[in-house]
Amino acid sequence: MQRLDLAVIHLPFTLALFQLNLWIPDCEHYVPMSTASVSTPTYSIPSPREITTKPRRSDLIFRTVVTAGGFTSLFILGLITFFLGYRGWHILQDSGLHFLTGAKWIAADPDAGTKSNYGIGAMLAGTFVIALIGLIVGAPLAIGVALFLTYYAPEPIKRPLSVIIDIMAAIPSIVYGLWGYFVLMPHAIYWAKLIHKYFSWIPVFEMRDPVFMRSPFVAGLVLSIMIIPIMTSVTREVFAQAPLDRVQAAYALGATKWRMIKAVVFPYGRSGMIGGAMLGLGRAMGETVAVYTVLNISYQYNFQVLFSAGGSVASMIVAKFGEASAVEIDALMAAGFILFAATLLVNLIADKIVSLGKKGR
Amino acid sequence: MTTTQVNPYEDVKPIKPWQITIKDVIADLISVVIVTIATFVTLAVTPMRGKLGFMGALFFYSIIATIVRGFISKKPKSIGSSLSSLFIYIAAGIVVAPVMSILYTIVVRGVKGLSLGIFKHDMGVAVPDSPLNEGGLLHALIGTVEIVTFSTIICVPIALLTALYLTEIRGRFSGLVRFLVQAMSGVPSIIAGLFIYAVVLIQFHGRYSGIAGALALSILMLPTVARVAEEVLKLIPDDLREAGLALGATQWRTVSRIVIPTAKSGLITAVILGVARIAGETAPIILTIGGSDRINWNLFSGQMSALPFYVWRQYLYGGETATARAWTGILVLMLIVMFFFTVTRLLSRRGSRV
Repeated sequence: MQRLDLAVIHLPFTLALFQLNLWIPDCEHYVPMSTASVSTPTYSIPSPREITTKPRRSDLIFRTVVTAGGFTSLFILGLITFFLGYRGWHILQDSGLHFLTGAKWIAADPDAGTKSNYGIGAMLAGTFVIALIGLIVGAPLAIGVALFLTYYAPEPIKRPLSVIIDIMAAIPSIVYGLWGYFVLMPHAIYWAKLIHKYFSWIPVFEMRDPVFMRSPFVAGLVLSIMIIPIMTSVTREVFAQAPLDRVQAAYALGATKWRMIKAVVFPYGRSGMIGGAMLGLGRAMGETVAVYTVLNISYQYNFQVLFSAGGSVASMIVAKFGEASAVEIDALMAAGFILFAATLLVNLIADKIVSLGKKGR
Repeated sequence: MTTTQVNPYEDVKPIKPWQITIKDVIADLISVVIVTIATFVTLAVTPMRGKLGFMGALFFYSIIATIVRGFISKKPKSIGSSLSSLFIYIAAGIVVAPVMSILYTIVVRGVKGLSLGIFKHDMGVAVPDSPLNEGGLLHALIGTVEIVTFSTIICVPIALLTALYLTEIRGRFSGLVRFLVQAMSGVPSIIAGLFIYAVVLIQFHGRYSGIAGALALSILMLPTVARVAEEVLKLIPDDLREAGLALGATQWRTVSRIVIPTAKSGLITAVILGVARIAGETAPIILTIGGSDRINWNLFSGQMSALPFYVWRQYLYGGETATARAWTGILVLMLIVMFFFTVTRLLSRRGSRV
């Protein structure tokens, strides 16, 4: 009984479908049939939908909103450039090139009648020194770990180790700072003393006074640990993409694992390694709190990396910020502007190197 | 139909030169024993002392043992390979050591100041030097939760739109936008703080407040969320989008009803990764929220505190109890970060299994 009811209800639809079927083959020359020929006159065929590629209004709104959202990053970066530049412009104009080369940072003191003298040369040099130490220590380790994870690690170790690398990336920088100050520094001072004892004939390891605390060396070591995760992840991604046929061809020719890596993986992953190292350099240049805790900021050019005097633009901003006057804050904005430009440049080059390598394959 | 086929190579066993034989294992054991003994003897006889001396001697003798083994096994060409394996294993060990040391230090030093009281009190009455059972970090915890929540609210829609632009619209400027997001992820955290300071506190004559901190943190959160969300949306097969469009849905309906629900767990992962990234950011917080020792529920007015700021202030104050407080703050902060970290791990594992 029920089934019959269903059939009766469905009959008109079935017929309508049949009709549709009839005019599908020549739908381009479709002429609407007269509704009279249909057996159930209550159901008329709807006129065919107009087909266009024009987006509906909802889609237009959607696309506009999403496109606008997509350009937010451009907007924010533009705003950062504008505001830092705008606030710091008069300082940059007054100091000129001296702002980049001068080592002193003296705020104007109207009572004593001293004129302001802003220069971040020593800080810039110090930033590069500690970032470079971080890179020299960190990059080989990162490449080693990347190789280990892709080619050497036994299966049960692989997963925990990659989790550990991810944890390294998740640890906040202030934790690295405090750990570096309380735990690493006693050890690092000992290592620094050893280096000084045996390698002091190399100019950078000389000392004017035996003060080993809070030196660029310690800061560089902390930075090297902090930038290992990003370098590892970039390098590892490139290593994992090394073509399997070439890897196996190298093995088939009798290459040992290391020979294979030298012949296939390194040439293939060179751009990834360089790009990853530069990304690490960019991160190291912008580190603030961790460097502040383990580095003695001093306003002088110092390239003796074991001596307790160094510089970092980012840390200087934090150090000077607390008691700065309005004009000095503008000077700090100018310093921030320079730092922003420098890191952006380094990141841009790194990005280009990585993507060039990807395209070349 | 032949009855049986005789395999002429039945007696030949396939050789597996890569398999580890008992001989190799014995040789490994012997060299490990010799290296250990030699290290201890060296430490006893020569003036080398301490962990560094031990590591150095161990390293030196491992290299010697590797080279000698290469010559004994008459495979001198494999020496380079074994040496590089040794170096790579050591590199992995060196990288793991500081992480373990950090986690160990946080737990050991942080537990000292940990009590139920720190979640009930702020530092309004207590000073950094007062005993550890007085005062607490409730104000910092409240600040961190509020600031991070608000920056998530600001950041997630923008980041999602950016990711949608890269995966759904795929316009002419996709390359540019992707590059800009990449560039933003390289912006040092202090720059975000300086920028918000320049805009909110100088240009608009605002005051230190939680909202300024939230704005600064959302700048740092945006690239992380946008990039992960883009990766997640890329994994949605185009078939689903085409099926939606073929059914007559508009693009808006396809995205909102098919693409986003499908990618839901991945998108949540992206947001949580962003939260984990900003929860511990210190530099922008120092420049924007001003710091307070009392509980301040209002994000929009008055100075606030946050966990990183609390740690920072206690560390700068120095002294035994203040340092212990700083480590406790770090422990709480790390517990929060690790909680989110574990959640993302679980979510992404579940996602990959399906």
